[in-house]
Amino acid sequence: MNLIPEPLAFELSSPGRVGVSLPTCDVPVTAVPASLRRAELKLPELDELTVVRHFTRLSQKNFSIDTHFYPLGSCTMKYNPKANEVAAAQPGWKGAHPLVSDDRNQGAIELIYRLQESLKAIGGFAGVSVQPAAGAHGELAGVFMIRAYHLAHGNPGRVKMLIPDSAHGTNPASCTMAGLTTVTIPSDAEGGVDLDALKAACDDTVAGIMITNPSTIGLFERNIEKIAKMIHDAGGLVYGDGANMNALTGVLRPADVGIDVMHFNLHKTFSTPHGGGGPGVGMVGAAPVLAEYLPGPIAVEKNGKFSMEMPAKGIGRMKAFNGNFGVLVRAYTYIRMLGEEGMRRLAESAVLNANYIKVKMEKVYPVKYPRRCMHEFVAMGNFVDGIHTLDIAKRMIDYGYHPPTIYFPLIVPEALMVEPTETESKETLDAFIDVMLKIAEEAKTQPELLHDAPHNTPIGRLDEVAAARNPMLCYRS
Amino acid sequence: MPFIPNTNADREAMLAAIGVKSVEELFSDIPAGKRFPKLGLPAGLSELEALREIEALAAKNLSASSNAWFLGAGAYNHFIPAAVPALASRGEFLSAYTPYQPEVSQGTLQAIFEYQSMAAELLGMDTVNASHYDGATALAEAVLMAVNAGGASRPRIMVPAALHPEYKEVLRTYLAAFTVNIDEYTEVPALAAKKCDERTSCFVASYPDFEGRVHDLSGVADAVHGAGAVFAVNADPIMLGLLSSPGSFGADIVTAEGQALGNSMNYGGPFLGMMGVTQKFVRKMPGRIVGQAFDHDGRRGFVLTLSAREQHIRREKAVSNICSNQGLVMLQTTIYLEALGKSGLKAVAELCWNKAHYAAKAIAAVPGFAVAEGTFFKEFVVKTPVPAKEIVDKLERRGVVPGLELSRYYPKRTHELLVCVTEMNTKAQIDLLAQSLKEASV
Repeated sequence: MNLIPEPLAFELSSPGRVGVSLPTCDVPVTAVPASLRRAELKLPELDELTVVRHFTRLSQKNFSIDTHFYPLGSCTMKYNPKANEVAAAQPGWKGAHPLVSDDRNQGAIELIYRLQESLKAIGGFAGVSVQPAAGAHGELAGVFMIRAYHLAHGNPGRVKMLIPDSAHGTNPASCTMAGLTTVTIPSDAEGGVDLDALKAACDDTVAGIMITNPSTIGLFERNIEKIAKMIHDAGGLVYGDGANMNALTGVLRPADVGIDVMHFNLHKTFSTPHGGGGPGVGMVGAAPVLAEYLPGPIAVEKNGKFSMEMPAKGIGRMKAFNGNFGVLVRAYTYIRMLGEEGMRRLAESAVLNANYIKVKMEKVYPVKYPRRCMHEFVAMGNFVDGIHTLDIAKRMIDYGYHPPTIYFPLIVPEALMVEPTETESKETLDAFIDVMLKIAEEAKTQPELLHDAPHNTPIGRLDEVAAARNPMLCYRS
Repeated sequence: MPFIPNTNADREAMLAAIGVKSVEELFSDIPAGKRFPKLGLPAGLSELEALREIEALAAKNLSASSNAWFLGAGAYNHFIPAAVPALASRGEFLSAYTPYQPEVSQGTLQAIFEYQSMAAELLGMDTVNASHYDGATALAEAVLMAVNAGGASRPRIMVPAALHPEYKEVLRTYLAAFTVNIDEYTEVPALAAKKCDERTSCFVASYPDFEGRVHDLSGVADAVHGAGAVFAVNADPIMLGLLSSPGSFGADIVTAEGQALGNSMNYGGPFLGMMGVTQKFVRKMPGRIVGQAFDHDGRRGFVLTLSAREQHIRREKAVSNICSNQGLVMLQTTIYLEALGKSGLKAVAELCWNKAHYAAKAIAAVPGFAVAEGTFFKEFVVKTPVPAKEIVDKLERRGVVPGLELSRYYPKRTHELLVCVTEMNTKAQIDLLAQSLKEASV
């Protein structure tokens, strides 16, 4: 970690400097009318080396998968193979334009087609679209599809989406954007969907249910087939939130248990880098009942020729052009390297790693639902008076570990959600477990170490309340 | 397997610690008949084999790296300084997650803050968020903001007929659940804005529009605001290195496709949706925002802020469901803007302007060809004596990609070509384009 304060680019600026040389103009100059010209442009002025040092130093203020174990629950922070980057950097991709005719973009369309076929196989779906740019974007597409289906079937009154209380916040937010109302379904004593509450909510206004399986507490919803049947019998459709697909590749095809539409996060399950927040891909897969409503364009093959087509009844475009193609290349590369056997090995190892940590940690960190977990589990950090999950998370930083996801899901108090992924070795897991047990000991004997943590970072805990009250969102000289 | 390190011996030891006999036992919750299906995927390949296969596919595309390239229409061929990918591909940036833990994410957070600061200056806005999926979704979310602010009594939005056709499609997708009328105007924005009424929530201007025309936006804000509506502008950020910002014309929300600022065309993605607003709309803006903050020792840091707008807090009442940004693409743009800086971005914009105007004159001099009238920056429409699609097909075979045939989006406009010229095009390439057009039309 680079602990030295790094000035803002504006503070490094010096008049007259420039970091890039450009060709001199080889054509006659055409005057720009004075009325159109902008008055000033206050961008920093830096030489190239200053820019290089600035961003290199900034990079050294980050934890990342390449530098640290990153057991961030629900985010699947697995290793991003370097081959993905080489594959995506080909000049034939970087210089390809989305509006060149399909005849001359056959390589790109064939790659999309092959990726679509792979994802159909993994999910058991009849059709997929790789257009959506993120999980939330894919989820929005899925909800739009459900709404479009009900409208096409003369059921404009089906506007009620059922959402378990353990769901990601995006689920209800996406429904609002699609003009649906949401009803929260409570969890039962085992962390699953409460079937009585679900039954009571099933009426002829139900559009469907949005279900995350494994759920956000890392448990497989054992009643999934029963739930899907209840919803289908009520005339609704089942949306699957595929955030947790890392537990299921080669283990279960979601469509086989009644999921009608689902998004996969290629940036989680299929190893494309998170990039500090994006770009991702929220590919959507659909069972036969919804496949014709998929967003487009979709890659289609006919007699060995590939083209991009809009599904006839589709919900339309979710973004301009053909999706986050650079991310698709990376995901395809990964799937190609893992193959059939690797897909199952991936999920098995992710689940094995999570259960191994859980069994070693739960003696000290209570787990609300003490069942065997899938690829992640949710512990609680409130086992010592005066110590909170936040304190434990910040202390982990001192030992060189990125904290788990904390305070989510909302149904577990003081939640600490751990997802190791399959790309970590037993040695890494053992070292992590030792540190977690040591921190639990410190919580009892030296609580101030936790309260003041982290100690070895460029900054300490920030006053986020003050930052939100008087927001400073831009540099001002 | 290189990405799954645990050996069978490791697995045995871990299974014993858990207290199960086999890995399969861990999956006993999954319906028995559905467990471990055969997927039908091919067997895995080595890194060498996989890359060979993908390189072969990549080579099948027409690429700007080896052609004289005059095609833009929403995805642009601009120069990317070597420092941009070299720095953005560092693993510490590439393989980090959303900066939820500020103490170990200051690199990402400070880069976002610098992006927000520079983008706000460029667009002429008070605040810019950490980005959207692309220019089209940024504009759609801007319109949604205005529609929500206007409420049920303002169901009308006005957009230019010459808005990018795919942006219009995205807008329709996003607005499907809302009872709104999308009115397309064909006049210049200054005239169209006078048609804003008490039922209008949003007036959108495109700067420049899809056909490359740069309209003077003076007076638009007064007319739009006079009717109580929101003034949104979709802009070309390279052009803003040289021409007046939308903010200087009184825009409330500005969106832009930021791909041109340091990112490859990549067959259409990932791109960068830029969005900025005036102070009045900061707490209604969707997307991630980074702000400055201090720790207990008074050290400056940066943190995700104003999260009360967002889905993880507000759930169904959130302003949007967006919960990511185009982190890496935004980072490339940040590095690009800092490397070019004040004079560099202006120089790029001037090269585009001068070369595009030279090209327009050269093409207008070819018998049978005419260039559409009006002010333009780097793109303009050419009327062609033979169908534009024929010209494209002929020239692409000779290594010249002359532009976009407008018939792709407007089937009746068969004899029009949208030509884009940037700093990447040399005089020799432009002369070759003019010569090739001449030869293709006889």
